[in-house]
Amino acid sequence: MDNIKIQSVNLNAWFGTKQALKDINLSIKANAITAIIGPSGCGKSTFIRTLNRMHELTPTAKMSGQILLDSQNIYDPIVDPVMIRRRVGMVFQKPNPFPTMSIYDNVAAGLKLTGARKDKNLDEVVKYSLQQATLWDEVKDDLKKPGTSISGGQQQRLCIARAIALQPEVILMDEPTSALDPIASAKIERLVVELKKNYTVAIVTHNMQQASRVSDYTAFMYLGNLIEFGSTKDIFESPKNQLTERYITGEFG
Amino acid sequence: MVNLFEKLNLHSYRLRKFKNKFFYILCLICVIIAIVPLLSILFEVIVRGAPAINLQFLTGKGLRGGIGPAIQGTMILIGLTGAIGIPIGVLTGVYLAEYGTNKYASWIRSINNILTGFPSIIVGITAYSLIVVGLIGGFSPIAGAVALSFILIPIVARTTEESLKLVSNSVREASMALGIHRWRTIISVVLPSAKGGLITGILLGVARIAGETAPILLTIMGSSFFFGGFNESMDALPLRIFINSQLHTQAAQTQAWGAALVLILIVLTLNIGVRLASRGRYHNKVTR
Repeated sequence: MDNIKIQSVNLNAWFGTKQALKDINLSIKANAITAIIGPSGCGKSTFIRTLNRMHELTPTAKMSGQILLDSQNIYDPIVDPVMIRRRVGMVFQKPNPFPTMSIYDNVAAGLKLTGARKDKNLDEVVKYSLQQATLWDEVKDDLKKPGTSISGGQQQRLCIARAIALQPEVILMDEPTSALDPIASAKIERLVVELKKNYTVAIVTHNMQQASRVSDYTAFMYLGNLIEFGSTKDIFESPKNQLTERYITGEFG
Repeated sequence: MVNLFEKLNLHSYRLRKFKNKFFYILCLICVIIAIVPLLSILFEVIVRGAPAINLQFLTGKGLRGGIGPAIQGTMILIGLTGAIGIPIGVLTGVYLAEYGTNKYASWIRSINNILTGFPSIIVGITAYSLIVVGLIGGFSPIAGAVALSFILIPIVARTTEESLKLVSNSVREASMALGIHRWRTIISVVLPSAKGGLITGILLGVARIAGETAPILLTIMGSSFFFGGFNESMDALPLRIFINSQLHTQAAQTQAWGAALVLILIVLTLNIGVRLASRGRYHNKVTR
């Protein structure tokens, strides 16, 4: 497996004394979509938040083990978490555009506020990012309107555009459609599939149909353990573990 | 049976309705008790103060002239105190809200809460002994501003902390996840989101210090002349009101009423002005 983009090695994570992740070893391939499924509280959100060092922002959070991004441990003391987050972008469960900024500024925020704009043409980056997020045609005449003035589904695509603007290598998505209606969700799903041409995507989802529709690989987690990982086809058609089978057939979860 | 049931039910319904009404009226009475004195003060100040006001009253000096020095002094005090107190207060609030999960922060928070209600005469004596006697050797507008800052800082710090805590954590996370540094997140994302609360807090504080008398009595003392330097005594509206109210001439009394009205108007104008000026493009827009 040589095209591994990001990989967890013996990863454990805690909130206070409660262990949220138990010895997770998982490899996420480049330019593919890896879905992480499992019932609530199984640690799937915690897992992807360790991939861009967002986990440590929670006051009582601890972790051990390694996350290798292009074979480099991102938890190495010499690594600046801020630089990791520029390479590994994130889209959250609830659309969270910056409430005080326009649509344009929301997309440009990453470049402006990280000082990464240098000699890039902001207008072009904003347009490109919104096009990539399939939002450009809907908002191109309203770029000066507040980012919170558009619909929930549009806001979520705005958040994806905001992440894309920084040209990350990996995009993490934490249940990006769970706050959206089915039509908006379908648009996001199509977009996610498009994104894998240019990015590595890891998506946490509650929705098993979504996982089976969009992803190339699926990881099933339960109570902080990685139960099974494989190609989405294998996981859904011939799961090896009984827990996986029971979960995907809707017996529990 | 049905009738009895309905009767019983109706009885308790009437009782409930009465209780409801009773509570509502109790609240209403308290509102009236609270608001009538306020309105009567305002009414009295306007009726007695308005006749005194004319251009000479606002710009001249002396008992027969006007309260120019007091207006100027109050403006200088507001400016100096704001310059000292607002940055310190806001940054203290930022510390408490954004970095305040350690035990020191909870100490600072308690001390800050105590200071919010600290007797202002003690603040005045402190500034008097430290700055007027100790540092400068005389009355000084700077001593006055420092004393007023002691009152302004805890108010601003507290309201800043509270309005920052109202900013949804998802906004902070969105920014941090873009690889934006924490300080930049606070300045460019969190503070603008809390702008309304911040400004309200600052205005509350400024309105409070504009009317404080005890701390400036001991630090700038009052004067009949316009601003004469940072090591001279200075006048201010609360002092003018205080001093004139002790004089038993008609002219002094009228001037005091006029000064009171001007003080109220300054605070009111400041309030409305800053609110209008700071009404951002996305005012009152809430994240879905």
